[in-house]
This record gives sequence, C-alpha cells and structure tokens, in this order.
Amino acid sequence: MRVQEGDFDPGAELAALARGDEAGGETEVGGLASFVGLVRGTAGGRPIRAMTLEHYPGMTERKLAEIAAEAERRWPLTGTVIVHRVGRLLPGERIVLAAAASAHRAAALEACAFLIDWLKTEAPFWKFEEAEDGSGRWVEARDSDRAAAARWGGLGRG
Amino acid sequence: MKLLYFAWLRARIGTGSETIELPEGVRDVAGLVAWLRGRGPAYAEALADLAAIRVAVNQDYVDLDHPLAPGDEVALFPPVTGG
Repeated sequence: MRVQEGDFDPGAELAALARGDEAGGETEVGGLASFVGLVRGTAGGRPIRAMTLEHYPGMTERKLAEIAAEAERRWPLTGTVIVHRVGRLLPGERIVLAAAASAHRAAALEACAFLIDWLKTEAPFWKFEEAEDGSGRWVEARDSDRAAAARWGGLGRG
Repeated sequence: MKLLYFAWLRARIGTGSETIELPEGVRDVAGLVAWLRGRGPAYAEALADLAAIRVAVNQDYVDLDHPLAPGDEVALFPPVTGG
C-alpha cells in the first residue's frame, strides 16, 4: 500500500502481484483483477485544467492497510496492491491502482471492486478541481460512492 | 492536543494544524467543535454544519460523542473523495 506523488507503472505493479513478491514468491496465483482510476478531463460537462489530491498522512496509510486486510479476510487472495497518488495531476493522469490476485477469478474480481469501493469512502483523500478559467472547487462526496461501498456491508465512515 | 484540518475546512479556518490545551469543560468531540466555533468567524463558518464534517481521533473515525483526552490527535475534515 503506497501513497506517492509520482506516477506508477500498472504493468510492473501487476507483474509483481502475479509473482507474489509480497508473499515471498506465490505459486497459487491464477488471476489478477485491477482498477486504474484516471483524472477525468471534464467535471459537470466543463473541461478541467487539473486535479489536486490532498490526504491525511499517517491515517491514509493506516486505512489503506486496513482495507487490504479486510479484503484478504473476506476472499482467498494471494495478494493485493493499492497505490494512490497525491499532489497536482493533469487530465488523463493516473490517480489510483487497486488490484487483487487469487487462485480463481471470482475472488480477484470481487476483491478488486471491494478495494476501490471502500477506498473511496474510507481513505482520507480529498480532490480539488481547477477549472480552465482558473477557478477551483472541492469535489463533493457522492451518494453513489457511498451506496457502492454499502453493498459490501460494514459501511465506510469517511 | 493536536488539531488537524483538511480540504475546505483547512482553507476556511486558514491553517492545517494547531496545538492546543484540552479546554476546560470539553469532554467530547461535540464539545470541542462547540468550543472551536467560539474562536472566531472563520471557525464558526467552517464548523457550522456538523453533517458536513467527519472526525477522526488518533487516526480512527469517531462519532461526536467520542470522549477526548489530553494528547489526542483530532482531525476534522469533509467527507472523503479519493480514488
């Protein structure tokens, strides 16, 4: 689980997950499911210039580790990875990677959806959008994100 | 105790962190928020709507009736929007 300003390489991250690097060389991996979130170029139909991600150092890492541990408790996984960027990002840039590996696809696919759904309502990150005219606004939390997290039970509290 | 503010709460209050003594008579998070509102218009405005605020004590989410102790790290912020 990492929080960083720089970009990440999804291919390299998934290759490490497939090799089971984290688990000291895992041989039971049968599949990986991954989600990569990007900065959308528009908000409410209007183009945006940039998106700045702020977080709560310390609590963020702790929450990401808790979310991954919860996924590993719920599904038979061989590994998980979450990488989340902070700082000022431009449209099209990667924000987040969530991925899960398992012996079989169902566990990997479900756990991946769980990781990103819970991250969105539990991990202390905030987005600030800059419009093309230079004005800015804090992105508001969406009910649809809360509903997506709630379907897994144990609703996030953030 | 250490107070932390994030996102628009930080922007409205005008600082991201401060250290205070646990005020006399303040026992829980709700009491702290009420005390902070009395510190000036920026605090009063930023903390006007409790429904728009999430609270973490020592980096765990808590409710408004969560008790406070000297030395706690208390963070106030809007609902999270990462991912």
